[in-house]
Amino acid sequence: MDASTPFRSTAVGAERSLIIRKLRKEYRAGQPVLKDVSLTVEGRGMTAIIGPSGTGKSTLIRCINRLVDPTAGEILFRGQDLARLNGRQLRLARRRMGMVFQEYNLVERLSVVENVLCGRLGYVPVWRAWLRKFPAHDVERAFQLLDAVGLGDFATQRADQLSGGQRQRVGIARALMQEPDLVLADEPTSSLDPKTSVEIMELIARRAGERDIPIIVNIHNVDLARRFADRIVGMAKGEIVFDGPPRALQDEHLLQIYGGEGWLE
Amino acid sequence: MTRRDQPRTNMTDLSPRSPAPSSAARRVAFPPNWQTRIACLALALYVVYACSILDISRERLMAGFAHAARFVSRMFPPNFAPDKLELLYTGMVESLQIAVIATAVGVLLSLPLGLIAARNLSPLPLAWAARALIVLFRTFHPVIIAILFVKAVGFGALAGVLALIVASLGFLSKLVAEAVEEMSMQQVEAVRATGAPFLSLVIMGVLPQVVARFIGFSAYQLDSNLRNSALVGLVGGGGIGATLFTAFQRFDYDFVLTIVLAIIVLVMAGEVVSGWMRRLFQ
Amino acid sequence: MITAAPPAAAHLRRWQRFTLAQRVTRSVFYLLALVTIVWSLRSIEIVPEFLYDAPQQTVDLFARMWPIDWAWYPKVVHDALIETLHTATLGTILAVIMASLVAVMVARNITRSVVLNSIGRFILVATRSVHAMIWALFFVAVFGPGALAGTMAIAMHSIGFTGKFLAEAIEEAKPGPIEALVAAGAPPLAVLLKGYWPQVKPAFLSISVFRWDINVRESAVLGLVGGGGLGMALDTALSNLYWDQVGLVLFVIFVVVMVAEIVTALIRSRII
Repeated sequence: MDASTPFRSTAVGAERSLIIRKLRKEYRAGQPVLKDVSLTVEGRGMTAIIGPSGTGKSTLIRCINRLVDPTAGEILFRGQDLARLNGRQLRLARRRMGMVFQEYNLVERLSVVENVLCGRLGYVPVWRAWLRKFPAHDVERAFQLLDAVGLGDFATQRADQLSGGQRQRVGIARALMQEPDLVLADEPTSSLDPKTSVEIMELIARRAGERDIPIIVNIHNVDLARRFADRIVGMAKGEIVFDGPPRALQDEHLLQIYGGEGWLE
Repeated sequence: MTRRDQPRTNMTDLSPRSPAPSSAARRVAFPPNWQTRIACLALALYVVYACSILDISRERLMAGFAHAARFVSRMFPPNFAPDKLELLYTGMVESLQIAVIATAVGVLLSLPLGLIAARNLSPLPLAWAARALIVLFRTFHPVIIAILFVKAVGFGALAGVLALIVASLGFLSKLVAEAVEEMSMQQVEAVRATGAPFLSLVIMGVLPQVVARFIGFSAYQLDSNLRNSALVGLVGGGGIGATLFTAFQRFDYDFVLTIVLAIIVLVMAGEVVSGWMRRLFQ
Repeated sequence: MITAAPPAAAHLRRWQRFTLAQRVTRSVFYLLALVTIVWSLRSIEIVPEFLYDAPQQTVDLFARMWPIDWAWYPKVVHDALIETLHTATLGTILAVIMASLVAVMVARNITRSVVLNSIGRFILVATRSVHAMIWALFFVAVFGPGALAGTMAIAMHSIGFTGKFLAEAIEEAKPGPIEALVAAGAPPLAVLLKGYWPQVKPAFLSISVFRWDINVRESAVLGLVGGGGLGMALDTALSNLYWDQVGLVLFVIFVVVMVAEIVTALIRSRII
């Protein structure tokens, strides 16, 4: 399977796939960061996007939930073209996609559980959020998610009292709180130490896997990608140059993706 | 064992690996924050209470807004008649003069006053007395000081200038005193060790450290005095304030608008100039 | 011993604190300042005799204020003091509410439209430049003399200052959490309340309390043009030339401003 294969419907999860067609992004006219990228992500498992900095992997992920607006192309998901949505439609689509960020992006002055409940902001009326009267089942699920990420005892602590790894766990819980159809992760481990990075990747993989949610991860650590991903997509200079299972990723591919010599053992 | 071999569970089930929460106590996500609640309640009650004390009621507000609409319509269009413009010009010029002189004299006098008030340079009782004086200058609004000077020296620009000098001293002397107290004693000691008399001690040891910041403060004070110069006239201190007050009393509301617009322009210009000054001397 | 550098290098190494352009500009500035000051001194209409007389007159004035008429306090001044405090507090509350709306309009990370930004900025500058006393003149004409006019005047004037600082606090909010809430599909109001507000809250409280402190000072003088409170008591005493009463009001103003400063410092250190 490679990037140019047209979408084939499969028995299970066809309607859950994310189809990117000829996605183009130019921050400056004539200098595209994404060059007509096409990619189909099946509705299960973890897809890791690797590649050097500035190659457009972050842009690609952010185009999916429109934190960045593509210049051209289509992003088909659940019967809608995400690239065309606006206003309320976009909000409704966004709430079905969870995102984990490199800098965790928690609201630091709020408590841990309140941060997790922020995942429901797309679902509950604003007055409930303001008065903190979330529905009881939402609150209960927030606690369960906190337990699932190992932070059950930290629920009422302020988010800025947590370590980096702990904050990322909250971020994961918040993303899962949305009951998403898709989880996006933009360099979720880049601010963490190696040990914590492994824990976080494992957590993402396991918790999303349990709930049968596909994950697209943008990551620069190739070892982590190999270890946890079901599929690796390698990008270089705005184009996809590798697409396959981790075991198929060889040194010559890495050289093609990252360029340079002598950094591979 | 890869992830795929794990049992698929639906959303609300926990993975078998996580510990079950203590089911006895229902966990509370948002323990009631009594401090905030009481504070909010107190605030709301206060507003209601204060409104009643101050005789602020819906009727008065409604009546007032109707009135205000009539007023504002009488203010437009602003009056640019030549005789009025001349009055405006005279008033503005006087305000400008008041502000400039007050700032200049204030800057000059604040240096000695600030030095006297510095606890590391002058004997303590003297320093405290000077500080008390500075606090007094700062506490009273320039308008109050202006009124007192009007009663003392009569109507006109003199009262305004004196009032703003006092106001400037309140601000600038404090800053000088603080800057002097903060500065490095080493440099002072170095100069003092050469056996220099006090005045040269001041000039060579103290001033260089203080002057740079001082220009910034002076720029700020000029700006402040420009604003206040428009006010002191309201109570008799000369300048555009007097023109404004007269216009109000004569119900010349369209001229009032002209004056107010001119004051806004003057204040904005003052901000720009003081910004330049600060950047120039940074 | 430092060896002598060759002449060319010595020229390069001569330390100049400011570029030539800067020095010229500064000199021009000094010159302009001097000219302005001299012009002002010469053209201002001040009768020299009054100037020489001034110190004597001032001392005379203060001498007349002693002894202070304490008996006047419970009769008039106490109520005036309460009125001043309420004016300041209510005015600040009203100002903060209105300033928040304008601040949201001015903050470039919330409002993208340059037109709205500019309108908001203009409102802030205009209200700031027109002093509370001038607003009081207007509101006295509209509502009649009394504390209502004073409160509205305080409120209008405070919008400029408060709004400017609030807008700055909003613009300093970290964009990351905002991005996260937007990505989760939160409606704009929810992003404001859950993303911006928690970040801005400390600055919000600090600015409000700070402005209240300034407003206590301002409220005390509004009565001089009819805005109620201590200013009116002062005006009465001055018109009657009862200097001992004037002294009393000045004393009370001094005390209340001092107390307000202490209270402000306490609140800011404990809660913020």
